[in-house]
Amino acid sequence: MKIRLLAGLLTLGLAVAGCGGAKVEDKPSSAAAPSGSQSAAPASGGGTVKIAINPWVGYEASANVVAYLLKKELGYTVELPEIKEQLAWEGFETGDVDVIIENWGHPDLKKQYIDEKKVAQTAGSTGNKGVIGWYIPKWMVDKYPGITDYKNLNKYADLFKTSESGDKGQLLFGDPSYVSNEDALIKNLKLNLKVVTGGSEAALIKGAQQAQEQKKPLLFYFWDPHWLFSKTELARVNLPPYADGCDADPKKVACDYAEMDLDKIVSTKFATSGGKAFDLVKNFTWTNEDQNAVADDMTNNGMSGEDAAKKWVEANTAKWQAWIPK
Amino acid sequence: MSATAVGSPPRVKLPRWAVPAAAAVAFAVGYVVFRGVGTLPHDDEAGTFVALTDAREWVDDNKNANPVFLYFINYIRLFIDGLFQTFETVLHALGWPGLLGVMGGIGWLAGGWRIALLGVAGFASFGVLGVWEHSVDTLALVATAVLLSLLAGLPLGVWVGRSPRLRRAITPVLDYMQIMPTFAYLAPMVLFFQIGAPAGVAATIIYAIPPAIRITALAIEQVSPTAVEASASLGATRWQTLFKVRLPLARSTMTLAINQTIMMALSMVVIANLIAAPGLGSDIIKGLSRENVGIMLPAGLAIVVMAVVLDRTTMAAARQRAHAGLSLLKLAVAAGIAAVGVGLAYALPPEFPSALELQMGGPVNEAVRWAERTWYPVTDALKEFTTRLLLNPLDGVLTTAPWWLIAAAVLAFAFWAAGVRPALTALGCLLAIALLGLWEHSMQTLTMVFVAVTVTLAIGLLLGIAAARSPRFSAVQRPLLDAAQTMPSFVYLLPALALFGATRFTAIFASVIYAVPPVVRLVEEGLRGVPPTVVEAALSAGSTPGQLLRKVQLPMARKSILLAVNQGIVMTLAMVVLGAMVGGGALGYDVVSGFSQRTDFGMGFAAGIAIVLLGIMLDRITQGADRRPSPQKRKPI
Amino acid sequence: MGLAPESAAIEVKGLWKIFGSAAEKVLNSEDKHLEAAPLREKTGCTAAVRDVSFTVRPGEVFVVMGLSGSGKSTLVRCLTRLIEPSAGEISIGGEDIGKASPTRLREIRRHRVSMVFQHFGLLPHRRVIDNVAYGLEVQGATKAARHERAREILSLVGLDGHGDAYPDQLSGGMQQRVGLARALAVDPEVMLFDEPFSALDPLIRRDMQAEVIRLHREVGKTMVFITHDLSEALKLGERIAIMRSGSIVQLGTPEDLVGAPADDYVADFVRDVPRSHVLTLRWIARPPEPGEALDGPALPAATVVKDAIEVSSGSGHPIRVMDGDELVGVVDRVDMLSFLAGHETPAVRAGA
Repeated sequence: MKIRLLAGLLTLGLAVAGCGGAKVEDKPSSAAAPSGSQSAAPASGGGTVKIAINPWVGYEASANVVAYLLKKELGYTVELPEIKEQLAWEGFETGDVDVIIENWGHPDLKKQYIDEKKVAQTAGSTGNKGVIGWYIPKWMVDKYPGITDYKNLNKYADLFKTSESGDKGQLLFGDPSYVSNEDALIKNLKLNLKVVTGGSEAALIKGAQQAQEQKKPLLFYFWDPHWLFSKTELARVNLPPYADGCDADPKKVACDYAEMDLDKIVSTKFATSGGKAFDLVKNFTWTNEDQNAVADDMTNNGMSGEDAAKKWVEANTAKWQAWIPK
Repeated sequence: MSATAVGSPPRVKLPRWAVPAAAAVAFAVGYVVFRGVGTLPHDDEAGTFVALTDAREWVDDNKNANPVFLYFINYIRLFIDGLFQTFETVLHALGWPGLLGVMGGIGWLAGGWRIALLGVAGFASFGVLGVWEHSVDTLALVATAVLLSLLAGLPLGVWVGRSPRLRRAITPVLDYMQIMPTFAYLAPMVLFFQIGAPAGVAATIIYAIPPAIRITALAIEQVSPTAVEASASLGATRWQTLFKVRLPLARSTMTLAINQTIMMALSMVVIANLIAAPGLGSDIIKGLSRENVGIMLPAGLAIVVMAVVLDRTTMAAARQRAHAGLSLLKLAVAAGIAAVGVGLAYALPPEFPSALELQMGGPVNEAVRWAERTWYPVTDALKEFTTRLLLNPLDGVLTTAPWWLIAAAVLAFAFWAAGVRPALTALGCLLAIALLGLWEHSMQTLTMVFVAVTVTLAIGLLLGIAAARSPRFSAVQRPLLDAAQTMPSFVYLLPALALFGATRFTAIFASVIYAVPPVVRLVEEGLRGVPPTVVEAALSAGSTPGQLLRKVQLPMARKSILLAVNQGIVMTLAMVVLGAMVGGGALGYDVVSGFSQRTDFGMGFAAGIAIVLLGIMLDRITQGADRRPSPQKRKPI
Repeated sequence: MGLAPESAAIEVKGLWKIFGSAAEKVLNSEDKHLEAAPLREKTGCTAAVRDVSFTVRPGEVFVVMGLSGSGKSTLVRCLTRLIEPSAGEISIGGEDIGKASPTRLREIRRHRVSMVFQHFGLLPHRRVIDNVAYGLEVQGATKAARHERAREILSLVGLDGHGDAYPDQLSGGMQQRVGLARALAVDPEVMLFDEPFSALDPLIRRDMQAEVIRLHREVGKTMVFITHDLSEALKLGERIAIMRSGSIVQLGTPEDLVGAPADDYVADFVRDVPRSHVLTLRWIARPPEPGEALDGPALPAATVVKDAIEVSSGSGHPIRVMDGDELVGVVDRVDMLSFLAGHETPAVRAGA
């Protein structure tokens, strides 16, 4: 009896409350959250900007500099939630993310979230050129002729064997969320390799440094821009060169990664009501060297993201002055 | 081999050893003959995965149109989100002095000035560790999840406690909820609630509600039947009896239910950060993805401190005498403490003073680097040894043996150890895993579980026996075990990662330190539970301590030890899977991958199911062994 | 209470209680007469109460005695349907309990019948006074009214000044006084006692038995008292029903039981009872033999034998046993001695 009554009330309540139903992007009424974790305040001063943090230090460098300026110059509150690349796109829809500050391609996500759902839009290039590739420490190039040609990789595969890769050569990969064609490449190029996931950028860096210093063989996934290139000598393995459309079908990829213009993606809500914060994000653009400098400080000089950003901002006033909306 | 050797004396012992031995030989022969045939290699594009990914895409495209989402699921999401944001806003609005004051007040009510002090000092440490904001987010998540868990769990528990029929219906459901490794909850939650706090809260509720229901039911059942009868004999209605007798008498046990719910919620909330819920977990994930212990450690410590504070506070409340009610004076003092805090919140800056913050990142990373350099030969040797000698060979056997051979072996073993029904359940689980397309990865996970469980049981038995025999050792060990059991599972990844980098071994190491404490405890309790008169009798018959242990104590503690095995396995599985965060690979990695890459969603989802199936399989086999009569009592076959 | 004086306080007719899922079926078949073990084997059911009938007079102390498992506790719970009987009729103060609606039943429990339990059943989270007032509280009495009444009752049971204590601060005997007070507080017509003193120390038990006797004298309630202790039964009971495997094997006054056990079971029970402490002269009086002197001392027939010993030994003539003015018989020294020595007196049966 009582249960039926309860169920009835519940249904009634739902029906009354939900004439139009609830959409995913709906947020609880702002009364529940007076301090406003709503996307962003319309005008300058106050308001919260959520910049997703993807797990590599170059990204963090850009995010921290933008966050620093938003805070110090425009008076915003900035949240930097740790959300991986693809989940961050979902965040545009749920309101958990306003900005992805460094996007590596992702044409499929752009199609879905920008063209179809219209919850996100691009906010221009970051000025960084990005390229992913397979790398080996420099000493291997000198010792094993032709090793930088993918066709010779099988010949040298034994060198890369580890306890994790068994009887195949190891290809060390990073965070599971990174853009990756590795499995397809190994299959389609018929390489005797096995992808071993180190789990993080740090694992890749540590592996690369040890490989060069201790002359240990290592084949690994890496990308430019990265501060590591200025500290450790690395050589890129030449996969079949990229040609337009050769990566269209992820299962049939047999070519190297394309060089990409890294760009910024923002939620549509932020673009329309983000005010000066949006303008700053849109104007933000810098060089690979700028990013590497900040990233280097963060990784190797024991600085927090905020400190490293502060250092760069203080030294490069002219550059960022141009980003600040008038 | 021994099967043929025995046979001369007509003793019933023969079948007990012969059958398993023969089975082992048969398996070995089968493996040698059929090696590499009938394997089920992993395929990222398996049909089930694609179907599940498509389903997710469909949900994604239709969640704003489909009535189920429009009128039901999205409302739940909004409701949870609203509640969470209310908590978050209020807690942040209190400011650090306000929250400290409130915590002090609650602590005072629960257990006097000691607990109040613990609460204030503990919460203040969040600020000192430099993770105040994230701690408050975590607290808000825990509060939301616990509130909803209790709102649903306590009444349900009362109902279950009153209705044996409902109890029978709900017990297996709760069983499964509890053996399900935490990781498995996440994917479906994302499917329904998208990423963010609501999904995190929902996953946490599923994880945290079983103890709320179970312990409440137990509390209600345990209420003195005479008191209930006395109430009925005086003409009280059922509701009068419920509110005036049952609930008050069940109060302290129910506080235990709240305690357990909070602890479970806390350990899950951290994992929920994987699906973009805010809080301390995100610092840990950040640290993991940068192999930076300096980032993780403050967050890890804060979680442990939070666990200890919440645990001690609720335990103190549970221990209060049945009639130590809330006097006005006590309430006034508590309100006073809270008011002082809230008052200070206006006077003091809202942000925790940075002068008090401990900058530990640098030194910690130095220490870790030092340890890495200094201990590298040892840690690396340990890692290589385990990987090459245990993991890889076993992995090789399990992944290259025909699937039907393994299924048959599991069926035979489960039948021998646990009986017909568990054996059939185990077989069903394995077949389902095969159908899901996750055979190879499941075998790899199983390998890690085997290795971890073996090590866990070896250490656990050793420490448990030592503790049972030496009261002094037990006294030293006990607080450590207590502390270890309050810690959320996630925290165990930290030292493992610091010592071993990201590999499968790291995951195994973390599972071992996670699962050893309960095993030690169960073994010790089992041994101590042997009646003193039996021990005395054995001693008076002239047993050596070793004989006493082998012939009397261990056999009599059989039930506890089997329970320890069961617990060890279930916990190890949960942790090995979580170990994917530190290079664990296999099923756990599939789950992580499922969150990271959209195209892998189906695989991750299926992996979650496979983990549950593995859990059920292992649990049924070991539980079945527990329920079997001891071999001595078994009739000769 | 508006009852006709002759009407029974409690009347039980053909009461059955069978536990088990097939209870109904057993009741309607001849299986119900099977012994406990075969019954369980055949049907899986247990017959806790088998065809029990008795009446309790207003103001009487009626004791039900039996060993554990004899069904006595089930029987007393059936009276107010704390356990639902399988068959039979129960009426209390003329009201058919079996037909009472749940609401009516609650009213009966609230106002007419109350119960004292073996393990007290006190509520540890309430003060003594609130425990005593519990019955009034569920009736909906105001706090002031129920506390006033509770204080009265507490002083009646000798717990003045303990109202603010909590049950676990009291000794076992005092806790049971609280239980007693709680049952008395609602001013019932009938009080049921379910082995109330069996959890207490022997000395305290004796005090409490005296307390019950005193209370019975003062408040004059009808009492049904369950016990497994024969001496307690003999001490308190005006009439005693002895139960065995669910049935009443004998119902009678203490004298009936001791003097004329109905079967070996009861005889075995009462064997160690000092008969001279229970039996009266009526039991050993014999008709005077021709020519016997009838000028000895006269004693009422209800005099317990042991109280007559002194008189008997102080006089050379047989005692004249009188019921009012009528001579029931005589008892001489030899009769007395042979009774004390345990020989059956031929007159016993005749006197019954």
